[in-house]
Amino acid sequence: MTEQGIGAAVARREDRRFVTGRGHYTDDINRRGQTYACFVRSPHAHATLNGVDTAAAAAMPGVRAVFVGEDMAEVGPLICGWAITDVHGEPFRAPPHPALAIGKVNYAGEAVAVAIADTLEQAKDAAAAVEVDYGVLDAVVDPAQATAGGQPQIHEAAPGNLSFEWAIGDKAAVDAAFDGAAHVTSLEFANNRLVPNAMEPRACVAEYDAGSGEHTLHIASQNPHVHRLVMSAFHGLAPEHKLRVVAPDVGGGFGSKIFIYAEEVVLTWAASRVRRPIKWTAERSESFLTDAHGRDHATTAELALDSDGKFLAMRVDTTANMGAYLSTFASAVPTYLYATLLAGQYTTGGIYCNVKAVFTNTVPVDAYRGAGRPEAAYVVERLVEAAAAETGRDPAELRKTNFVPADAFPYETPVIMQYDCGDFAGSMDRALDLAGYSGFQARKAESKAGGKLRGIGFSSYIEACGVAPSAAAGSLGAGVGLWESANIRFNPTGNVQLFTGCHSHGQGHETAYAQIVADKLGVPYEQVEVIHGDSSKIPFGMGTYGSRSAAVGGSAIVKAADKVIEKGRKIAAHTLEASEDDIEFAGGNFTVKGTDKAMNIAEVAFTAYVPHNYPEGLEPGLDETAFYDPLNFSFPAGTHICEVEIDPETGSVSIERYAAVDDFGVLINPLIVEGQVHGGIGQGVGQAMLEHAVYDGAGQLVSGSYMDYTMPRADDVPSYDVGFNGVPSPLNPLGVKGCGEAGAIAAPAAVMNAVHDALRDAGVGHIEMPATPLRVWQAIRDAA
Amino acid sequence: MYNFEYKKAGSVDEAAGIVGADEEAKLLAGGMTYIPTLKQRLAAPTTVVDLNGVGGLDGISADGNGVTVGAMARHAAVAASAGVAAAIPALADLASHIGDPQVRNRGTIGGSIANNDPAADYPAALVGLGATVQTDKRAIAADDFFTGLFETALGQDEIVTSVSFPKAGKAAYMKFPNPASRYAIVGVFVAQAADGVRVAVTGAGPCVFRVAEMEAALAANWSADAVADIGISADGLNEDIHASAEYRAHLVTVMAKRAVAKAG
Repeated sequence: MTEQGIGAAVARREDRRFVTGRGHYTDDINRRGQTYACFVRSPHAHATLNGVDTAAAAAMPGVRAVFVGEDMAEVGPLICGWAITDVHGEPFRAPPHPALAIGKVNYAGEAVAVAIADTLEQAKDAAAAVEVDYGVLDAVVDPAQATAGGQPQIHEAAPGNLSFEWAIGDKAAVDAAFDGAAHVTSLEFANNRLVPNAMEPRACVAEYDAGSGEHTLHIASQNPHVHRLVMSAFHGLAPEHKLRVVAPDVGGGFGSKIFIYAEEVVLTWAASRVRRPIKWTAERSESFLTDAHGRDHATTAELALDSDGKFLAMRVDTTANMGAYLSTFASAVPTYLYATLLAGQYTTGGIYCNVKAVFTNTVPVDAYRGAGRPEAAYVVERLVEAAAAETGRDPAELRKTNFVPADAFPYETPVIMQYDCGDFAGSMDRALDLAGYSGFQARKAESKAGGKLRGIGFSSYIEACGVAPSAAAGSLGAGVGLWESANIRFNPTGNVQLFTGCHSHGQGHETAYAQIVADKLGVPYEQVEVIHGDSSKIPFGMGTYGSRSAAVGGSAIVKAADKVIEKGRKIAAHTLEASEDDIEFAGGNFTVKGTDKAMNIAEVAFTAYVPHNYPEGLEPGLDETAFYDPLNFSFPAGTHICEVEIDPETGSVSIERYAAVDDFGVLINPLIVEGQVHGGIGQGVGQAMLEHAVYDGAGQLVSGSYMDYTMPRADDVPSYDVGFNGVPSPLNPLGVKGCGEAGAIAAPAAVMNAVHDALRDAGVGHIEMPATPLRVWQAIRDAA
Repeated sequence: MYNFEYKKAGSVDEAAGIVGADEEAKLLAGGMTYIPTLKQRLAAPTTVVDLNGVGGLDGISADGNGVTVGAMARHAAVAASAGVAAAIPALADLASHIGDPQVRNRGTIGGSIANNDPAADYPAALVGLGATVQTDKRAIAADDFFTGLFETALGQDEIVTSVSFPKAGKAAYMKFPNPASRYAIVGVFVAQAADGVRVAVTGAGPCVFRVAEMEAALAANWSADAVADIGISADGLNEDIHASAEYRAHLVTVMAKRAVAKAG
C-alpha cells in the first residue's frame, strides 16, 4: 500500500467542490434561448382521458408549445429492459407506457401534457390552463387485492392486473422437507414502500443543434450510455451517433436515476420541435409523485428446521407491487435480485419462492438501494431470528449452526447462485465482540429498571454485487450487457486522464479510481484525473448501480492499466536496450532486471508521444481501453447487530448501539467505504423505523412531502461501530466485492429483530416496518 | 409562486393601512409557513407586506413581573435571551425546540401565533402562561386569542406587536414531535401561572386547549402523579398517519406528567 494507493484512506477530492457549492449539476446548466417545461400531471390515480384541450394554454404569453400524448405517436413507449418468463413459460405482460398518457392515466402524477414556455412561471401558468376532462375510475392500491376478482382493471394487456407469476426452486422437494420438519417458523409481513429522495431532484436540459442534427441531453443520470441506447433504440429519438447524453455532477441516485423516465424522452423529442433548449427540474413534490419508488412486497415466509436446528427448507410467497407500469428494470428486482439471495449465509437444503408481480394505480416501483436484496435479507433474517426465539436458541448460535462453512467455497445455493468466498462465522464473532453481546443482559436489566424495554437483533446478510456475467444475465432476461469499460489516457507530460463508463453520483469515484491508477501505474495520485458521465468523451459504459463500480468498473481500470504496462514494457525495453522479458515494472518504474537501468512511466509516456527513438512497428501514443465482463457476481456479507431501547409509554424506539462487521473483500479506500456503510445503514434505519410511502384508498400519496414522509435525520441514527473482515474475492483482479448497498440491505432486519426482541417482553409478537411510535404503542396496547 | 406586489412596510400603521384597504393583501413576518405556501402556488395574494423592515418590533424585555416579546422577535432570540431564561425559563426552553435552527433563526412569535398552526409550540406557552397579546389596536388575552384551526381573534387589519407573559412559578413544556415534520403531535405546557395552575395542550386538537381536570389536580397537588391517571377524551382530536386520536389523547397525559416532572 502506498500513501495514496489501494487501501489508503484518502479524503475524497470531489468533496471540496460539493461542500463549497462549486459542484456543477444539471440545473446549473443554462443555455442561450433556453425554455422551460412544466408537466400537466394527473390528480387522479385512475381515470380515462376524455379530452385534453390545450388551445387556451398554447395561446398564453411566452408559450412555445403544448404537447399531449398523441403528438408523440412516432416516439416509442417507455420500456422494461428485463424480460421475465413466467411459470407457464409465457413472457411477462409489459403494457404500453407512453411518455405522455394516451386515453387513460394510471397513477396520480402521471404526465398528461407538457407546456414549454420562455420562463418557468409562464410554463406553469400554461400547464395550469390545460383543460383535461378526466373520467375518474376506481383505483387499485393494495397489491394483495390487485389480482382478486372484481377489482378495477388497469391495463387491457394485463388481465387481473398481473404482470407475471414467477417461481424458483424445487417445490416438491421443499414441500417434502417441510413435511418432515421438527419445527416450522411462519411469518407474514410487508416490506414497506419507500421514496428514493436523492438530494438533487431529477433534472434535464435538452438541446438540438439544427446545424449538425445533434441532440444533447444533460441529465441527472446514473448511466448516460444506457439512457442514450434506450432513447435511440427504443424511443427512436435520434441515432446514437447523433445523441449525446451528459450526466454532470449528480446529487445522489440510489437507483432512482438509472431509469429512463417520461420527462427526458419528452424533452429530447420536444427540443427539436421548438428548436430551443428546454429545461425541466423536478420540484420535490414531483419527485415524490414520479421517481420510481422502492420495495413494496407482501410476503409469507416459512422456514423448516430439524431437531438440531439445521435449516431444512424455506418456502416464500411474495406479491410485488410494480405500480402502474413496469419501469426500466422493475421486473428483475423481485425475481433475480431477490429470490436468488434467499439462501442467505446458510446451508438451507431447499428453497422455493413464488412471486406475483402486480399492477396497481401507484407510481412505478423499481430498483432502490439494494434492489431485491434488502427484501431477501429481511425475509431470511426475520425468519431465522423468529425461529431462534420459537425454539429457544441463541440467535447467534443458531446462525453459526447453519452458516456455509469457510472451507465450503465455492458454494452452490439452491437458488442458482455460486458464492465465491466468505468467512461468515468470523464476521459474526467479530460483530459479537464489537456489539458487546456478553453485556447485553446487564444493559437490558438496567433499561428495565428505568421502565424501558431493551432488545438486540442480528442480521447476517449476504448480497450480490455487479450483476454478471453478461451472458448469464442475458439468459435470465437482461436486455443489456453488464460489463464495464475504462480508458487510461496518458498525456505526453506524464499525467493521466481516466475515462470510465461508470458514473459517480456520490460514490467517490474521482478519488477511488485515481487511487487504483496511482497504485497500478505508479503515477502520482494528484496527476490522475477521472472523467465520467459524457457519452461523447467516455467509452460506452453501463453506469453505476448495484454496487458494481469497484468490482466491475475497477477491474476494467486494472485491465486497461495492464495494457499500458504491456506497451510501456516494449517502449522501455527499446529505450534501455534490453529484452522485453528482462523489464520489470514496479512503483511506476520500468527496470532492467538486476540493474539500475530504469525509466519511469512518465518518460515512457513522453517517448510514446515523441517517438523519435521508438520500437519499430509499435503504434505511438499511450492510450489504452479495456472492457471487462466479470466471471460472476461478488458476494459481500457480514453481520450487523442492533440494540434498541423502547419507551413503552410513548412507543418511541431509540437505537442505542449498532455494530457492523462486513466482508467487502479488499478495500480501495476505507474512509469512503466506512461512509458508504454509514449511509447505507442510515437508509436501512429509515426503512425500519421512519420511512413509508402511504397511499389512501383513492391512490393519493398521503406521505407526499417531508411533512409526512420521515427522512432519517442525524439524531435518528446512532454512532456506528464498524469493522471489516475482508476475504478478497478470487474472481476479480482487485479482490473487491462492493459496499454501497450493504448497509441498506442489512439494517432493516437488524433493527426490526431488535424491536421484536424488545417487544417480546411486552407480549408483542409482530410489528411491521416502519416501527413508528404509533405502531409500537398500538402493538403494546393491543397485546396488554 | 404567482406574481404579487411586494411592499416593505416602514411602520405598523403603514402595514395595517395596506391590509385594511385590500383583503387580498397578506402580511409577511418570518415566512416559515407563508413562503412555502406561496412557492406551492397555494396562495395568490395581491400584495405581500413585509414587516421585516419595521423597527422596534423585535425587542425582548424582562423584569420582575414577566417577559414581553416583540412580535418580530425570532425564536432563536427568545431561546437565547438571558432575561427570558431568568424570568420564565420554560419559555426559553420551548423556543429552543421550535423547528430547526433555520426556522428558529427566521421564524417569529408574531407570525407563529397569527398563523395558529394547530401543531405549533407557541400557542401552548401563551395559553399555559396566561399571556396577553398586544396588537396595534388592543390587548387580547391568550385564552381569547386562539379561536380555532388556523383562526385567531385578529381582525383583517390588525397586527400583533408584542406578547406579554406574566411571571410564573414552576413551569415546563414537553413535546412529542411528529417524526417527519418535527411539529408537535402533542405538546403540553404546565405552569403555576400568575392566575393559577394552567395546563395547555397543542398539537392534539384543532386548536390549543386547556385541561381543567389536570389544572384542578395540580392546583391541589403539584406532582406528576397528580395527572398520571387523568385521561382526556379522544373525541374531536386530530388524526393522521402519524397518530390516531386515541394515541394523541394518551400522549396528552404522558406529556403532562413529564412536563410536571420537568418543572420540578
